[in-house]
Amino acid sequence: MKFLCVDCDAQMEFEDRQLPGDGTLAALFRCPSCDRLVGMLTNPMETQLVSSLGIKIGGRGVPEQPLETTRGSITSGRPDAFADDEPAAEPATGLAGEPARQGPVAWSAEATTRLEAVPRFVRGMVKRIYTDYAKENGIAEITPDIMDRARSDLGLEGM
Amino acid sequence: MKLHAMSEPTIRTYHELAEGDRSGMAVQVGEQRERVRARLAAVRHLLPVTSGKGGVGKSFVSACLAAALRTLGHTTGLLDADLNGASARRLLGVPPGQLVMKEGAVVPPESRGGVKLMSIDLLLGDEMPIEWREPESESFVWRGAQERGVVREFLADVEWGDLDFLIIDLPPGAQRLADVMELVGEVAGCLVVTIPSAASKSAVERAVKSALGRGAPLLGMIENMSTYACGECGTSGPLFAGAAGSELAATFGVPLLSRVPFDPRAASLADEGEVETLLEDTAAGEALRDLASAVAGILETDSGGRP
Repeated sequence: MKFLCVDCDAQMEFEDRQLPGDGTLAALFRCPSCDRLVGMLTNPMETQLVSSLGIKIGGRGVPEQPLETTRGSITSGRPDAFADDEPAAEPATGLAGEPARQGPVAWSAEATTRLEAVPRFVRGMVKRIYTDYAKENGIAEITPDIMDRARSDLGLEGM
Repeated sequence: MKLHAMSEPTIRTYHELAEGDRSGMAVQVGEQRERVRARLAAVRHLLPVTSGKGGVGKSFVSACLAAALRTLGHTTGLLDADLNGASARRLLGVPPGQLVMKEGAVVPPESRGGVKLMSIDLLLGDEMPIEWREPESESFVWRGAQERGVVREFLADVEWGDLDFLIIDLPPGAQRLADVMELVGEVAGCLVVTIPSAASKSAVERAVKSALGRGAPLLGMIENMSTYACGECGTSGPLFAGAAGSELAATFGVPLLSRVPFDPRAASLADEGEVETLLEDTAAGEALRDLASAVAGILETDSGGRP
């Protein structure tokens, strides 16, 4: 999929991706020549079609998890199908904003509550994705705001 | 921008834009295929088991063949790609335990005999069908891609390790075979299962032609439920009219690798996940052991496996 700014005859560049949570997706593309922005809006059916291919418009932010598409798409999964639950929240170290952290990432109480609402079938994987995102972005503590940001940045529809 | 004769703007086409796909989709598709190929690099022979008809016993043959190859000393895996009719877990007697992750991959559970298994049945709740996140009303658009994605992840994200044989139990029809061929690039050869009836012959013949059209090599035919073998008195006789196995083998110039009798005791043992006992103690098991020897003989004396 490519977007062309016809006036400039220039290929547009991916700028941003947003998932409003209603199954739709918005992707922004910018013309490198005139800075014009174009939004690509997909309906739930189109979003699901792209999602079912296991790809993210705009690219991936963190490495793909094993069976990520399968686990993220199935709603009839057995809660205890995977032995991959992460350990409980760890104490934060380091400062927000620093690049790729090596140390543990903490979860705020609100973020933990929100994570616990995720079905167990997929919870361990979702936690790893958010943790990887935090480490990649030098984030010390995962909060609901960080989860929202990660969800949008990574294209985590349904997570 | 180019202009044509009527002075209306004509935009450049996809292939005329020299730079890559900046939405990142083409790159990701390429990476997915590379993951599949890297994961299967240590698998010597990929063996899809297919048919054009449902109910001919593909899963039974696949599970028994996998177990029989293992008893011959070959490292063997079974990928159950029949997502809507998954039965390999029960046939191999693998309990629905927890799947463990190791180094970015799922560790496949093993049957008592040592066959590695991946099946959607390991993920779902008791007797639950696959239910997808999006509404059924539009599923005709994305369901095929979704199922293909699951099979791709079963190939790419499972730690199959060094295997002599990875058997892929396909659902009826030719489409999933085409999907697998596209993902893995090449296979050792397809095993085609039929029953003796004319109806099966017709359906299977169509599917085989479709498979050949997609470049899938055929290894041979297997006629399941070829005869009825009474486990009690030892008598046997025809179960279906017809000789689809030998006729299809002749049509496509491939060997009829096995005629597997229907044996009620074997069916019961398969239901109970006692496939090793089935192989040892039944007439069907004897045929399936011979099938495993034939398949191994053809492939192990052939090219030596995938490059």
